[in-house]
Amino acid sequence: MIAFMIRRLFQALIVIFIISVIGFAIKQSVGDPVRELTGISVSEEERVEFREKLGLNDPWYVQYGRFFGDAIQGDLGTSFFYKRPATEVILEKAPATLELVFVSSLIILLFSVPLGVFSAIKPDSLFSRALMGSSIVGVSIPVFLTAIMMVYLFSIKLSWLPSYGRGELVMLGGWGTGLLTLDGWLHILMPSVALSSIMLPLFIRLIRSEMMEVLESEYIKYAWAKGLTHRRVWFVHAFKNTLLPVITVGGVQLGVTIAFTILTETVFQWQGLGFMFMEAVERSDAPLLVAYLMFVGIVMVGVNTIVDLIYGLVNPTIRIAGVK
Amino acid sequence: MSSIRSYIRANGMTSLLEVKDLVIKFALRTGEVTATNGVSFTLEKGERLGLVGESGAGKSVTGFSIINLISKPGYIASGEVNFLGEDLARVSDERIRSIRGNRISMIFQDPMMTLNPVLTIGTQMTETLHQHNPQMSKAEARAIALDKLRKVYIPSPEKRLGQYPHEFSGGMRQRIIIAIALLTDPELIIADEPTTALDVTIQAEIMELLMELCETEDMGLILITHDLAVVAQVTQNIAVMYAGSVVEKGPTAQVVADPQHPYTQGLIAALPQSSGHGERLNQIPGMMPTLKNIPPGCSFNPRCPHVMEVCKQQVPSLRSGKNSNLAACHLYPPEKDNPSAR
Ligand SMILES: Nc1ncnc2c1ncn2[C@@H]1O[C@H](COP(=O)(O)OP(=O)(O)OP(=O)(O)O)[C@@H](O)[C@H]1O
Ligand SMILES: [Mg+2]
Repeated sequence: MIAFMIRRLFQALIVIFIISVIGFAIKQSVGDPVRELTGISVSEEERVEFREKLGLNDPWYVQYGRFFGDAIQGDLGTSFFYKRPATEVILEKAPATLELVFVSSLIILLFSVPLGVFSAIKPDSLFSRALMGSSIVGVSIPVFLTAIMMVYLFSIKLSWLPSYGRGELVMLGGWGTGLLTLDGWLHILMPSVALSSIMLPLFIRLIRSEMMEVLESEYIKYAWAKGLTHRRVWFVHAFKNTLLPVITVGGVQLGVTIAFTILTETVFQWQGLGFMFMEAVERSDAPLLVAYLMFVGIVMVGVNTIVDLIYGLVNPTIRIAGVK
Repeated sequence: MSSIRSYIRANGMTSLLEVKDLVIKFALRTGEVTATNGVSFTLEKGERLGLVGESGAGKSVTGFSIINLISKPGYIASGEVNFLGEDLARVSDERIRSIRGNRISMIFQDPMMTLNPVLTIGTQMTETLHQHNPQMSKAEARAIALDKLRKVYIPSPEKRLGQYPHEFSGGMRQRIIIAIALLTDPELIIADEPTTALDVTIQAEIMELLMELCETEDMGLILITHDLAVVAQVTQNIAVMYAGSVVEKGPTAQVVADPQHPYTQGLIAALPQSSGHGERLNQIPGMMPTLKNIPPGCSFNPRCPHVMEVCKQQVPSLRSGKNSNLAACHLYPPEKDNPSAR
């Protein structure tokens, strides 16, 4: 297990290194640091001098080294628009996005497991058929359409739920959370449902197909032959084996969910990283874009590493491979 | 054998298992097929019966039908499975579940696929005990599991209980599966090709262990296999199946030494030791028909060296051959009232 963990962490470091190279490349091609620091009213000679002083004429690897050194210390440059360190802006916006992803993951988990399992053990029931049919429809409706339809129904027609913003926040250290007030929950409900609407059908189908495959296996037939109850066969023998592939795919999909926050946050004007990203694109705020990319990349690597470690805990074969 | 049977019958004792005219069908999308067509055999307490025949003859479905566990879309269309007088084909789900793994245990073919990969051996053993004895304490269940593991010669069983299936070799796993079968002291074990997936070197070892345990624990055994040599070693009686029917049955030694049905004769002639050294094995020419195109009359007639006109028209019933074996073959005169021929 220890060896397995070390291996996984090492792999994570490599991925982070690659992300930093990409971030550096973007910064090199998009951002002009001289513009970052000076105005338009600076003469050409002064600019040349500035470039020299900043080391912009150094070979690329020296510049990359500097970039990486700064990045490790949390310095990803200064946002053109906010005139503040990009890292600071990111950290300020991150809680909104992380809470959104967290709540929609919760929704996915809470619904996909029972629905997926049910439609696997009773594939011929009317409910399962309806579920499978509607999940195809669900996957193919774009997020923003779901979001807009929800806003129309629940905010405009019924006035039940607020259509934008995060509502009342409580500060916990530097983390502004909306999960401690009713108002915050009312605000996060629609965005998180919209965000989960893409992944939920996928997860239901994934759990269903994995579970159905497991139910066909010899060891399940053997479990029946031992006289075990349906409950035991389904929820202990079959479900535990279903979990393994679902965890792996789940980790990857969580990353994809982060990408979809951009759309969701834009529709609901959710003041998180996705919203900020769209603004930064419009404003060509290169340092902020690079910082966003790096942050999201690191979060994804972190999540995938954690998912792999959980997988290792559930799967006895891996546990042993690590001990060897 | 028949004298034991008649003695038992005369004294009003019920057989351990009496399968009667069992018809198993598969409801396929392309139509129904009949996997077994009126299979009958009887097993007394502590008796070991071999169920032999080519691949697809219907041995496994027959075995699984005893605990009413045929995979979909298969089902028991008609017939009886009387276990100590109770027809298991007709009891409630609740009732059959209390018999599965408790009074009738199964051993599957491939030990690498049979155990659940994510549960420890200990869990997979004690869950069976707890299922059938809900009031049993954990310590008690553990003690029984350890005892059974010792019976199948698993070294340091205390340590082994906490391990997962992948930490065991195929032979070890099959021993564990035998131990699981023994947990509840069943009256009957159904072993479906328990050694075919194993190394040749350990096949005999596992077979011997199984036979020895059946003897000491006085358990009945239905041994399903292709391998006549194994059946000859382990069992007292044989039922030979061909294309979903029992074509011959009798005491093992007599069936092997003096087979009556041409199919059984062919099987025995195909055994390696029956053909001389260096000679080709005498395989029966042709192939067993698939369920969809079983020929009319005797299903073996296209491959039979003694085929007659009647064989292509009439399905032969079981009847005595030249010895006390029962054979479903027109070579022998039919019997009108032989009760065990049905
Ligand atoms: N799930 C199923 N669907 C359709 N047909 C089936 C199914 N399972 C078994 N059969 C058919 O039933 C017949 C008997 O199968 P069975 O598995 O009992 O054969 P067997 O004698 O055990 O053969 P083997 O030696 O290969 O194990 C076969 O012809 C097979 O095609
Ligand atoms: Mg079989």
